[in-house]
Amino acid sequence: MFESLTDKLTSAMRQFRGNAKLTEENMAEALKEVRAALLSADVHFKVARQFIERVKKKCVGQDVLKTVSPGQQIIKIINDELIELLGEGTTELSTKKPLKIMMVGLQGGGKTTTSGKLAKRLKKEGSNPYLVACDVYRPAAIDQLETVAKQIEVPCYANRGTKDVPFIGELGLSQAQGAGADLIIFDTAGRLQIDDQLIDEIKELKARIQPDEVLLVADGAIGQEAVNVAKTFNEAVELTGIVMTKLDGDARGGAALSMKAITGVPIKFAGMGEKLDEFDVFHPDRMASRILGMGDVVSLVEKAQESIDQNEAEKMANRMMEADFNFDDMLNQMKQVKKLGSMQSIMSMMPGMSNMKIDDKAEKQMKRSEAIILSMTVKERHKPTLLNASRRNRIARGSGVRISEVNQLVKQFQQMRKMMKKLKGGGKGNMRKMMKEMKKNGGAGMPNLPGGGAGMGGLGGLGGKLPF
Amino acid sequence: MFSLLKKFKSGLAKSAQSIGGIFGRKKLDASSIEELEEALYGADFGYETAEEIVEETQKAYKKDKELRGSDVAKIGSSVLRRVLQGSEGRIEFQEGKPTVICLIGVNGSGKTTTTAKMGYQFKNEGRSVLVAACDTFRAAAIEQLREWSNRLDLDIVSGQHGADAAATAFDAYQAAEGRKHDTLIIDTAGRLHTKSNLMEELAKIRRVLQKHDEAAPHYSLLVVDGSLGSNSIEQARVFHEKFGLDGLVLTKLDGTSRGGAIVGIYRELKLPIFFLGLGEQAEDLQEYRIDNYVDAIFGSSEDEE
Repeated sequence: MFESLTDKLTSAMRQFRGNAKLTEENMAEALKEVRAALLSADVHFKVARQFIERVKKKCVGQDVLKTVSPGQQIIKIINDELIELLGEGTTELSTKKPLKIMMVGLQGGGKTTTSGKLAKRLKKEGSNPYLVACDVYRPAAIDQLETVAKQIEVPCYANRGTKDVPFIGELGLSQAQGAGADLIIFDTAGRLQIDDQLIDEIKELKARIQPDEVLLVADGAIGQEAVNVAKTFNEAVELTGIVMTKLDGDARGGAALSMKAITGVPIKFAGMGEKLDEFDVFHPDRMASRILGMGDVVSLVEKAQESIDQNEAEKMANRMMEADFNFDDMLNQMKQVKKLGSMQSIMSMMPGMSNMKIDDKAEKQMKRSEAIILSMTVKERHKPTLLNASRRNRIARGSGVRISEVNQLVKQFQQMRKMMKKLKGGGKGNMRKMMKEMKKNGGAGMPNLPGGGAGMGGLGGLGGKLPF
Repeated sequence: MFSLLKKFKSGLAKSAQSIGGIFGRKKLDASSIEELEEALYGADFGYETAEEIVEETQKAYKKDKELRGSDVAKIGSSVLRRVLQGSEGRIEFQEGKPTVICLIGVNGSGKTTTTAKMGYQFKNEGRSVLVAACDTFRAAAIEQLREWSNRLDLDIVSGQHGADAAATAFDAYQAAEGRKHDTLIIDTAGRLHTKSNLMEELAKIRRVLQKHDEAAPHYSLLVVDGSLGSNSIEQARVFHEKFGLDGLVLTKLDGTSRGGAIVGIYRELKLPIFFLGLGEQAEDLQEYRIDNYVDAIFGSSEDEE
């Protein structure tokens, strides 16, 4: 599923090439794929629809960037929108002292564990926490909180003598305050949002203890139900934050978007494991790519945008046009490609190719070419005709390769140059054709990327696109 | 039977209307198709099944512009029945030796509660049940099952917190044989399917049980939280691949969740569903029946009279 959205988007956008602007029509198919992806990531139906509308508005009329494919551009826009939506509001807790936090949620969401994790984290930051066990229903729930409290060396108030939860809350509060605690966490029983009796109970508890934070703890894998849950709990006890748990699993976590969009309550924390320190503040960017299931395509796009120096690329294009291309320029190109990261990491970020194992042959080849060029003198680099047999021999020894490899590189370089000469006076219109030709010929010294044949064609500003 | 169905319905559809009920006898139009889509996705059926029902409805609508809500319910339930065909799982008990049922699943799916409920139900059917608390990891999980066993008067074997779960399972089988129990239900620690070391522990539990009886555990059932979405399919897939499952128990269906995840899971993996959990009480566990499930979702014909 993860790769397929990118693949689908790429194919949905294929007929797109040549269009200068994103329009409602040329995006329709791509947006349908995005919708399907959101739905299968458990984003609520209505939320998905609203979100698509929002993205559509953002996209329509945008110029198609030269450096990335339109599909990628849409992904980028979607991703940015998602991050913005998910990240609205603060992950900070209230700074009030003593800080009273009430945990609420469905059964099995991870409230007790999260109470422990939160206490541990804030203790480390200098708080003096106190836990209060308010789950009188689930067998041994109090024991569980007490055990957790012992593990993190935090005091815990429990009262097995009564089932009156608001009363327990009050007693716990005064005991904790008496002990000088400045952080008091109330762990409540899991309850269904439609269980009126139990909802009334936490309302009453809330009224009596007056918490500064009310956190909804929700399983990261929760489905469409998330919307009802978040809405009802928010109406009942006015949530101040959401904690997504079990994110160490592989759930896509679309519920995070649903809950955020429906209630506007910020997502504050993320639970990442069973151990009590596997807990982090919420990162909207991580959640966004998780929901989209895009792997790291977004970061690749960003990386490509920032690392390929547009000026540098243009300068080179001009030099090529003037057929003044020399070995230094070739070296520069390699550096540009290398800035994107290792071939393997580039591959792994590419849709549909993340499973492809490429040996490091291509990479090694590039390194060797680089070494050869670096073993040339400046003069030789600028005037390759100087390279006679004895010079080549020296270069081979200097760079630790066989002389045939030097010969090969020189040959490729000459081919490249010849092509550029042909092109001279042909104007920019022939550029594309030339690039194509060059790719066919093995990218003129640049190793071919599997599946993309990108080689140098991958450089922005040369009319090429990234290799997918 | 009638009361069972009623309990099922009131449990499953406590506040949610049946999907068929949304439209009643109203004639269909564009906006109601959208409503249908929303309801189908809202039930967590998964993309394929939801689209299938919408497509069939649209096809029928093209042929017959007089299509009514009740017809949509019929289309929906027939698609659902088709998808769920063969999904009813039933426990067949062993003769002469304990039948071993092992409950596994991710954290918080309701394994311990299901262990207790299942034990209670078998006991009421006249079987002699032993429950084994093999969740030696989660704080107070053993105490939780012990308290259930006190309440429901079930015999229990439990390990120490932090002890080897497989060793407890081994002892439990021995105890079941020694104390002449015919049914052994094993509660295991919750584990995310993505943690391979914890999956290893499950394999070990099975290995030691097989020292007693090669066919044990006779039923490895995955307990799935009914309010989860598409990830439950992934959970089932991985547990099935790594451990081999015999079926599912779907829990927490007493909310507004329609538990549509079973549809997706069955569609993908063809794992039968054995029980549905409909509440926190001991008696809130029901044998899964396709008819009950489909009727609760789309409304049965009686509802429309």
